[in-house]
Amino acid sequence: MNENLNGFECVYLKPQTLTDTPMHYCPGCAHGVVNRVLMEVVDEMQIQDKIIGVAPVGCSVLSYNYMNIDMQEAAHGRASAVATGVKRVLPDKFVFSYQGDGDLAAIGTGETLHTVNRGENILMIFINNGIYGMTGGQMAPTTLIGAKTTTSPFGREHNANGYPLKITELIAMLPGAYFVTRHSAHTANAVRKLKKAIKQSFEYQKLNCGTCFIEVVANCPSGWKMTPLEANEWMEKEMLNFYKLGDLKVPANQN
Amino acid sequence: MDKTKFQLMKGNEALAESAIRAGMKAYFGYPITPQSEILEYLSRHGAKNNVVVLQAESEIASINMVFGAAGAGARVMISSSSPGISLMQEGISYLAAANLPCVIVNVQRGGPGLGTIQPSQADYFQATKGGGHGDYHLIVLAPNSVQEMVDFVFDAFRLSEKYRVPAMILTDGALGQMMEKIVLPEFGTLPHDTPSWATTGKLKNRERNIITTLFIEPERMEVINLNLQKKYLEIQKETRIELINCDDAEIILVAYGLSSRISSRAMELAQEEGIKVGLARPITLYPFPKNEILNLSKNENVKFLVVEMNAGQMLEDVKLSVAKNSPVDFYGRMGGMIPSPEEVLAEIKSIYQHKIEVVNQ
Repeated sequence: MNENLNGFECVYLKPQTLTDTPMHYCPGCAHGVVNRVLMEVVDEMQIQDKIIGVAPVGCSVLSYNYMNIDMQEAAHGRASAVATGVKRVLPDKFVFSYQGDGDLAAIGTGETLHTVNRGENILMIFINNGIYGMTGGQMAPTTLIGAKTTTSPFGREHNANGYPLKITELIAMLPGAYFVTRHSAHTANAVRKLKKAIKQSFEYQKLNCGTCFIEVVANCPSGWKMTPLEANEWMEKEMLNFYKLGDLKVPANQN
Repeated sequence: MDKTKFQLMKGNEALAESAIRAGMKAYFGYPITPQSEILEYLSRHGAKNNVVVLQAESEIASINMVFGAAGAGARVMISSSSPGISLMQEGISYLAAANLPCVIVNVQRGGPGLGTIQPSQADYFQATKGGGHGDYHLIVLAPNSVQEMVDFVFDAFRLSEKYRVPAMILTDGALGQMMEKIVLPEFGTLPHDTPSWATTGKLKNRERNIITTLFIEPERMEVINLNLQKKYLEIQKETRIELINCDDAEIILVAYGLSSRISSRAMELAQEEGIKVGLARPITLYPFPKNEILNLSKNENVKFLVVEMNAGQMLEDVKLSVAKNSPVDFYGRMGGMIPSPEEVLAEIKSIYQHKIEVVNQ
């Protein structure tokens, strides 16, 4: 991959562990970026032979097509249970789950809370775009009040639909959680921070001290019915106003 | 069998100990009567035998932990009782679709709904016809003694790993709770290597291993289904059935698990009264020993009496097997009620004395 282009050196390379399969993600979607930085970390830490990923139902379901590592596809909501099964029998390997908001914070809420409460030594990556993208833009547990989706066509209204769930805040309260942080992937700076958090999480996983949990507040231009640019602007203005970026729980000795 | 090694053990605990001796690497469970002793026994004895034992937050989580561990190449078992097995059906469908070996133990209780904690055989359809969504089967073994609760753990692991099909031990609350003398198998007699397809970390010298059940293109999904069906066809050679006194029997009882124990006693009582009664006991409920039953139905003037602790579930498979060669009658109790040998005897005598013609549909 270290090719020269008319004498210029290519400095932005595809990670070795990212496959050549064209991604199915919609234009402007954050998934592709997160897939990529995750594989950059795998490359840099040279852990391709020591890592197993779990991708459940949702837009994340096909991520195993893009990551050149061993992976399992889980039933809807059950990624952290599957990851638990993997990690318990392969305790020396790195294990992560890669889940969306419908998966992790609706149908899989029980598994999510109990996995973290047991302090499973895995990394859970939580892509929160506030919508069910794969099924065509239905209301998610994290959909903001007032946001229009195909199942909240007049805007989410708390009397009928309840409130958007800040599951990451719940996670941070659990003693099994070791490192809990919220990021985004819509600017170069944000991507760099996210990558650092992923790398840090895998370093922590070696310590066997508990679950690392990274929420990535993400856009969904298709589901939100916006251009990628509009989606990023709306995300910054609305989503990040409700889901504040930053660390929610850091290891005690670093406080 | 070395009689000096006899021990007295409860069915559930004997099964758990057998799983340890079979080299089980991980067990995931959730409490439910009448099988909690399996989880309890393994919680006490698992760790010192290097078995991962985890009490999950639900049956749904536990079956998905089984998926992860099986996909990572571990020999893994799970147990529950009827309502819990219902909760696991989605996960079992995924396990079947992903060709993942594992052993699932159903210590049945009476349903439907929350039902009762008393023994039942009402999950026969669920166990043998698929249970969850999609076209799939499990290998289903039905023990009728505590010794078979022990032995079938080994058989279930062996068959499940040979065919990459989840195997179920379909037993019930009575067999789980009763104590009988048994001989336990030795440690290390069922070797296990990590399979080449397991997700253990992608090595440089192989392609990545993906465990998935998602095949969007119908052309591919059909191939997945055809491959499963090919496997189920191959599995048909694994049928097992016990035949007692069937050669010259006028009435053949067909029963499995606990109802075969009861039928066995009813057979003895009938013989004391001079009625020639045999017992055909399917040991594998899937694959069902249909050829063996068909052969029995070719005997002159033979009648069948299916005895189950349900409303007549295996009855359908027996009827399909005899292909209208012989009448098939049924006796069953439901909802946790256990038929007595005398009740079955009364049914035998009624068939024998009054030559009841059963319309065989």
